[in-house]
Amino acid sequence: MRYHGRMSYCDAIRAGFHYLLANHPEVFAIGQGLWSPWYVGNTMLGLDREFGQDRIIDCPVSELATTGAGVGASLFGYRPIVIHPRMDFMMLASDAMVNQAAKWRHMLGGAASPAVTVRGIINRGGEQGAQHSQALHSWYAHIPGLRVVMPATPVDARDLLIQATLCNDPVLYIDDRWLYDVEGELPEIEERPLGMEGPRVLREGRDVTLVGAGHATQLCLEAAATLAGKGVRAEVVDLRVLNPFDPAPVVASVAKTGRLVAVDGGWRTCGMAGEVVAAVCENLDPRRWRAAPRRLTLPDAPAPTSKPLEAAYYTTSGDVVSAAEEIVAAVPAE
Amino acid sequence: MDIAALIDPARFRAPVSPGNRPGDRLIGWLRRMLLIRAAEEAIGDLVLSGEARCPCHLAIGQEAAAVGVACHLDARDRAFGAHRSHAQYLAMGGDLVALMAEVLGKATGCSRGMGGSMHLYAGEVGFHGSVPIVAGTVPVAVGAALAAKKDGRGAVAVAFFGDGAAEEGGVQESLNLARVMKLPVLFVCENNLYASHMDIRLRQPSERVSRYAEAHDIPARLVDGNDVLAVADAAEELIAMARRGDGPGFLEAITYRWRGHVGPDENVDVGLRRSVTDLEAWKERDPIRRLADALLARGDLDQPGLRALRADAAGLVEAAVAEARRAPYPHASSLLGLVYAEAR
Repeated sequence: MRYHGRMSYCDAIRAGFHYLLANHPEVFAIGQGLWSPWYVGNTMLGLDREFGQDRIIDCPVSELATTGAGVGASLFGYRPIVIHPRMDFMMLASDAMVNQAAKWRHMLGGAASPAVTVRGIINRGGEQGAQHSQALHSWYAHIPGLRVVMPATPVDARDLLIQATLCNDPVLYIDDRWLYDVEGELPEIEERPLGMEGPRVLREGRDVTLVGAGHATQLCLEAAATLAGKGVRAEVVDLRVLNPFDPAPVVASVAKTGRLVAVDGGWRTCGMAGEVVAAVCENLDPRRWRAAPRRLTLPDAPAPTSKPLEAAYYTTSGDVVSAAEEIVAAVPAE
Repeated sequence: MDIAALIDPARFRAPVSPGNRPGDRLIGWLRRMLLIRAAEEAIGDLVLSGEARCPCHLAIGQEAAAVGVACHLDARDRAFGAHRSHAQYLAMGGDLVALMAEVLGKATGCSRGMGGSMHLYAGEVGFHGSVPIVAGTVPVAVGAALAAKKDGRGAVAVAFFGDGAAEEGGVQESLNLARVMKLPVLFVCENNLYASHMDIRLRQPSERVSRYAEAHDIPARLVDGNDVLAVADAAEELIAMARRGDGPGFLEAITYRWRGHVGPDENVDVGLRRSVTDLEAWKERDPIRRLADALLARGDLDQPGLRALRADAAGLVEAAVAEARRAPYPHASSLLGLVYAEAR
């Protein structure tokens, strides 16, 4: 198994799993469809045959019990990864994640530390509709005690999975099927604590800051490339870790550019884009703004199925380009 | 066992049958039950006086269920509780002073003053957490059993829950998952016939919760939960089965709480079908008196001996409350300092 070099986001996830299973005997995975490529694509292909079906556990249709079981096993030296092939179904496991995993350490005085990792996959588009499309990262990022990571690049797809699994806190790892074909160059694996990670500048620029997480970051990168052709130098900040959220890198970027477009694959109200804008507003000298910040999010509606509605629903990199151009062109009020 | 007889408080009032269990072991169980009773009565007084403000759910009258199971467990095992778990915590050997300190929100509490009565922890004796979300720990216990199975060293997990929890989907999912994966977990339903104010007859088509075990193909035992010997015999059998690798078991202990859902009040005025007559009848099925009478009858104990046991329990509880009162409250730094195990 090759762990580094050029590979897709999908293969990078599989590399992360393979590395964990090969090097950490306390790691196991449990979730629906793990013995079938129908559910998790090729991200776990063949792992059950290589590492055994007692470490790659396909399971009953019981999101709550399997996630709670992951919490329980993590209290006794194991590092379970509970997998929800569609994030929409993960809501049935909310008690195990929100009431149990996120709270135990604090409410039991620090003695019980659930080290469970939950993997929720965003799987949308293709006319799948309201219950097969959701990106609920903002919801979970609201919960103290539950770390939330969202890889946008192949290297993070591999490394954040490894870091999440080896972290002594409960972590929600969210990958996105729209990213599976994105390719990147991966260095050799180096185990680092998850707590060291935070937002990162993926592309430097001085005219406008584009911020995203997961697939939204890829939209920002595409938009930045287009904007460069139009003479606008966009800086792209990838959030990577949504909770605990460290806004400092975003604030530093906007301090430089004076302009912010927060792009998010979730809804607008109480969403991550709003959190980014609020955090920058709180922490940045108001005189640094050269234009009012913008949010690009899903409209506050469930996902539609019909093609033209779906096309109107999702943000494109063209939308990001337009928003950036608008605020770059805006004349600051004196 | 016939459910109709078990839920009739006019039945099963006689002393329990000690069988061939040695007297010193049974005196140990009696001592533990007396300690639980005294501790919970003291907690009730702390609530009445306003000194304890956190919600306290008392298991007075239910002591035999916790002790009859816990006597077969040790520190390698993994028991989990719910909102009404002082008895399970003490039955497992949890520290009495730490319990009282926790109820009073003190830093020396079993959860360092972060949990109160409803969030208890004593991992050092095999009690790995109680939480008040109904059925919240049942899937967690299944995961603890999965870990035990992977370890292969014969440890078992125990999920203590009530009849109300059986109405939660998580219990049904957990029964199925534990059975299909053949996990070493004992599901213990302390069926006290009430969920909060609601009589089980208004919530379920049958009072017999263990019917769910049969639906999941899990061996079940239905016992008089106020007979510590009956509980202990059934628990011993099911725990041995789980330790051998033969999968989960389900123990239903029919019992009754003497106090209301929460706090020291008897709740005879607010509950549906919880009459004074019922409560007085159930007090005649007192698990402590029935064990004590059996030991007196067999000559394992005499009246001065029993008085001494009661005095010991009262003395320990009084000293524990006094020590808990003197303890400091948690430092403000634990508010943020305990959220994550690793640095942010």
